[in-house]
Amino acid sequence: MNKAQSSKSGAAQESAWETVIGLEIHAQLATRSKIFSGSPTAYGAAPNTQADLVDLGYPGVLPVLNAAAVRMAVKFGLAIGAQIAAQSVFARKNYFYPDLPKGYQISQYELPVVAKGALSIVLEDGTTKRIGITRAHLEEDAGKSLHEALPKLTGIDLNRAGTPLLEIVSEPDLRSAKEAVAYMKKVHTLVRYLEICDGNMQEGSFRCDANVSVRRAGSDKLGTRAEVKNLNSFRFVEKAINYEVSRQIELLESGGRVVQETRLYDPDQGETRSMRNKEEANDYRYFPDPDLLPLVLGREEIEEVRRSLPELPDEKAERFASEYALSGYDAGVLTASRELASYFEALVREIGGEAKLAANWVMGELAASLNREGLEIGKSRLAVGQLAGLLRRITDKTVSGKIAKDIFEEMWSSGRDADAIIEEKGLRQITDTGAIERAIDEVMATNPRQLADYRAGKDKLFGFFVGQVMKATAGKANPAQLNELLKKKLSS
Amino acid sequence: MSIYRSSLVQLAKGLRAGEFSSVELTRSLLERIRVHQPQLNALVSVTQDGAFAQAAAADRELAAGRAGPLTGLPIVHKDLFCTQGVRTSCGSRMLDNFVAPYDATVVARLKAAGTVMLGKSNMDEFAMGSSNENSFYGPVRNPWDVRLVPGGSSGGSAAAVAARLVPAATGTDTGGSIRQPAALCGVTGIKATYGRVSRYGMIAFASSLDQAGVISASAADAALMLRAMAGFDPRDSTSVDRPVPDYVESLERPVRGLKIGLLKEFFEKGLDPENERRVREALAVFEKLGATLTEVSLPSIALSVPAYYVVAPAECSSNLARYDGVRYGYRCKDPQDLMDLYKRTRGEGFGAEVKRRIMTGTYVLSAGYYDAYYLKAQKVRQLITSDFERAFAQVDVIMGPTTPTPAFEIGAKIADPVTMYLNDIYTIGANLAGLPAMSVPCGFVGALPVGLQIIGPHFAEQRLLNAAHLYQRETDWHLRIPAGYE
Repeated sequence: MNKAQSSKSGAAQESAWETVIGLEIHAQLATRSKIFSGSPTAYGAAPNTQADLVDLGYPGVLPVLNAAAVRMAVKFGLAIGAQIAAQSVFARKNYFYPDLPKGYQISQYELPVVAKGALSIVLEDGTTKRIGITRAHLEEDAGKSLHEALPKLTGIDLNRAGTPLLEIVSEPDLRSAKEAVAYMKKVHTLVRYLEICDGNMQEGSFRCDANVSVRRAGSDKLGTRAEVKNLNSFRFVEKAINYEVSRQIELLESGGRVVQETRLYDPDQGETRSMRNKEEANDYRYFPDPDLLPLVLGREEIEEVRRSLPELPDEKAERFASEYALSGYDAGVLTASRELASYFEALVREIGGEAKLAANWVMGELAASLNREGLEIGKSRLAVGQLAGLLRRITDKTVSGKIAKDIFEEMWSSGRDADAIIEEKGLRQITDTGAIERAIDEVMATNPRQLADYRAGKDKLFGFFVGQVMKATAGKANPAQLNELLKKKLSS
Repeated sequence: MSIYRSSLVQLAKGLRAGEFSSVELTRSLLERIRVHQPQLNALVSVTQDGAFAQAAAADRELAAGRAGPLTGLPIVHKDLFCTQGVRTSCGSRMLDNFVAPYDATVVARLKAAGTVMLGKSNMDEFAMGSSNENSFYGPVRNPWDVRLVPGGSSGGSAAAVAARLVPAATGTDTGGSIRQPAALCGVTGIKATYGRVSRYGMIAFASSLDQAGVISASAADAALMLRAMAGFDPRDSTSVDRPVPDYVESLERPVRGLKIGLLKEFFEKGLDPENERRVREALAVFEKLGATLTEVSLPSIALSVPAYYVVAPAECSSNLARYDGVRYGYRCKDPQDLMDLYKRTRGEGFGAEVKRRIMTGTYVLSAGYYDAYYLKAQKVRQLITSDFERAFAQVDVIMGPTTPTPAFEIGAKIADPVTMYLNDIYTIGANLAGLPAMSVPCGFVGALPVGLQIIGPHFAEQRLLNAAHLYQRETDWHLRIPAGYE
C-alpha cells in the first residue's frame, strides 16, 4: 500500500478499530496544609520554603493525616455515588528518586477510600453516557526536579512534596478523545463545585494520565495499552490521545505490536514519546504504611459530609431547566460552574423573574466580554446588581434591548451604573405617543416618494420608515410603539 | 555511699536536701565517664557543655523550689533519639555527620522534666543487632567482662547503667533491644506497650515494632522515667490517647494473688540449665509474695523469630530508603550520576547487617514474594497476638527467661546471623504483639548476670513495674555492680 492510499483509507481503517481509554486524574486537594504535615500548600513560593522536616523526610519524623483531605475525598465519593470505605489503608509505594524525599510515596493501594462510582457525560449527539469510576484514593505529591535552573546539575524543590492529591481512576469506558475530554471536564466541574480543588491546570492542580489502547471493532478483548503521562490541559488530552490512537493503529496495521509502556506527550511536536517500558518498570513493593493507622470512617461522619454537599452540577442543571424554563443546553452552560450559576440566580432574583432575559444576557454579552478578557465570572467587571440595573431598564421599557447593548459596553469599560449612563447620554426611550407620532409625520413629509411606493404595495419599505424614525429619535423610540403607530399612519 | 551508686530516687532526694547540686552530680559522673568510656565504649557522644548548662538550670529550679521529680537527674539517650543541635548518628556512618534539628518527643519530655543529658549512647547501627557489634563507632563492652558483648541494640545504654556511668538511660526495643542487653548487663529494662511512648523523633528501624523504654538500675527508677516519657503525642499517629497512670505511686501495691503464667515454650530446648534455675528461683520469690504460678502455652510462639525477620526487614528496607545522600547524612565523594550517588552513598554509608536486612526486606516485599513472606508473616503475627490474648485471659503476667544464655564473647556469633537472631527468641513475641515487657536481674550464671522477663497485657506497665519492684525489695541482684566499677 502506498502512502496516498494509506491516508485516503485512514478514516475507514479507524472505523475498523475501537479506541479504549481510561483516565487517571490527579486533583490537588484545596487544603491549607499538606496531607501529612503542617506546611502550607500555596503555589509559587521560593523553592524549599514550604517544606518542613516531615516533607523533607528527616530521620525520625512521622506523618499525621490531614482530616480536611479525608473529608474532601469523601465529598467526592458521595458526589459520584461511590462506596466510601469504612476502613481504608495507606500504603507505601517504594522507589528512589531525588524529589521523593522518603524513598517512598504514601498512597492508597489495596483499600482506597472511594470505590465504584460513576459520572455521566453528554455525547456530541446529545445522548448521555455513564462512565464508571473504579476508585479514588488519597496520596501525597512528590517534589519537583529542576533541570534547567542549574547547569549540569539537577535542583530539587520540595515545596510540592506532601501536597494532597486525589487520584481518580476511571473504568476503560471512554471510546474517543472527545469522550475523554468531556469526562475530564465533567470531573473538573465537579471538583470545583465541591470546592475540593481549584482546578488550575496551568499550575498542575488538575492533570491526568491517559491509558490508551485500540482493538478490532467488535472484539471484547482489550488491546495492549500505553500510558500517556502528565497531561495538563483539555487540548493536550485530546491531541495526545488522538496521536496515540493513530500511532497504535498504524503500528498494528503494519504488522507491529503495541508495547505496554509509559509515554510522554510533547506539546511542541504534538507527539507522544516512550519514557520507559514494562521491563524497566519499578517493582514498587507496596505494603501498608506502619506509621499510619487504617483510616476508619464512621457512618455518622460520612452522613455529616453528605449533609454538607452542595447542589451538584447535574441536579442544578435539571432544576434550572424546570424552574427557569430554560433549554437543556442553556441550563448546562449556566451551571458549568457554581459561580456562574449563582451569578445567574442572583440576577434573576434581582430583576424579579425574567429568567430568559437574564440567561440571554449572561450567556450573551456578559460571557462574550468575559471571554474577550479571559476572565472567570468571579472576576466580572459587572456585579450582579449592576447588570440587574440595566436589565430592569429593559423590562420597564426605559431603553430598548439594542440601546441596552451599547449601555452594557459603556458599563463594562467604565464600571458605571446603567442609570447614570442613561441620564448623562439622554438614552431614555421615547414612549410618549405624541412625540413618536410627530417624528413619524416628519419622516413621512420628507419622504413623499417612498411613502407613495409603500402605499402602492412596496411593503418592504416599512423597514426604511422604522430606520428613519429611529434615526430621527436617536434610536430612543420604543420599538413596539413605533411599529404600531407607523403601521397605523402609513396605511391611513 | 558514692554518689554514682545511688538510684534516681536517692539522687532526687539528695538534690532536694542540698547534699549536692546537679552541677556537682554532673561533674562527678562526667569524670566517671571520662575514666571508663575508653574501655567500655558505651557512649558515642558526651555532651559536657550542654550537660553543665542543663544542670545549672536545674539547680536554679531546685533553689527556687520549682523542681519536679526528675529535675537535675543525669541520663543518656540512645543515639537514635533526635537531640536538637547534637549529633544523632544511630550508630551509623550514614548519620555520623547528622546534627538533628529537633528533639524527639521522648527527649523533649525528659528535658522539660528537668533531666540533664550527659551524652548519647552507643548502639547497633540503626538498632539492628543483638550484640552491639554492628556500630560504626565500634563494639560496646560488657562491664561484667569486657571480652563479652553487652547485648543489643541498646547495648551502650545498658553498659553505661551497669557500670554506673549514669543512673538511667533511654532505649528502644524492636525485638528485644532493651530487655536483652538489660539482662546481659544485669540491669532493669522496660519496653512500653506499642503506642504508649511517642515514636516521634525516634529514628525508625521497624515502625510497627519499635517502642521506647528505659534502662535503669531498678524498677522504681524505671517507673520514674517512664512516667515522664509516656503519653499521647499528636505527632505520632500510632501513639494512643489514654491517660498515663502514676507508675511510681503504685509501686508498693502487694502482689498477693497475682496470677503468673509460666510460658511453657520458653522453658523448652535451647535454654541454658543454669539460666533456667535462676529464673525458677525468681519465680519462687514471687510465690513467697503470694503470687500463684500456672503454666501457659503460646502454640505459635516458635514462629516468632521467622515472622519477625520478615516484618522487621521489610519495614526497615523502606524506612532506610530516605538515606540517599541527597538532603543530609553521608554522601559519597564525587558521584558521577544519580545511580552512582545512590549506590556508593548507601554502599559506603551502611554496615553489613543493615545491608543484609535491607536486602531481605526488599526481597520479601517484591512482586511474587509478598504473599509468601510478608503477608504470611503478618498472619503469624496475628496468631501470636491471639495466643497472648488467650494466655492473658488466664493470667495477669507471663514470666520466663529474657535470654537463653548469659552474655557471649565479642566475635562469637557475628559471622552467623541466624545464631545471632536466635538470641531474641524470648523477646520478639512481645514486640510482634505490641505488649509491654521488662527484664529484671535475677541472679548469675557463673559470673554473668541473667534476666527474668515479665510480659504483660497491653498497657499493663503499672503491673509490671509493681511486680518487679516488689521482687527487687526481696532481692539484691539489681544492686550488684561489676568488679572494677564499684
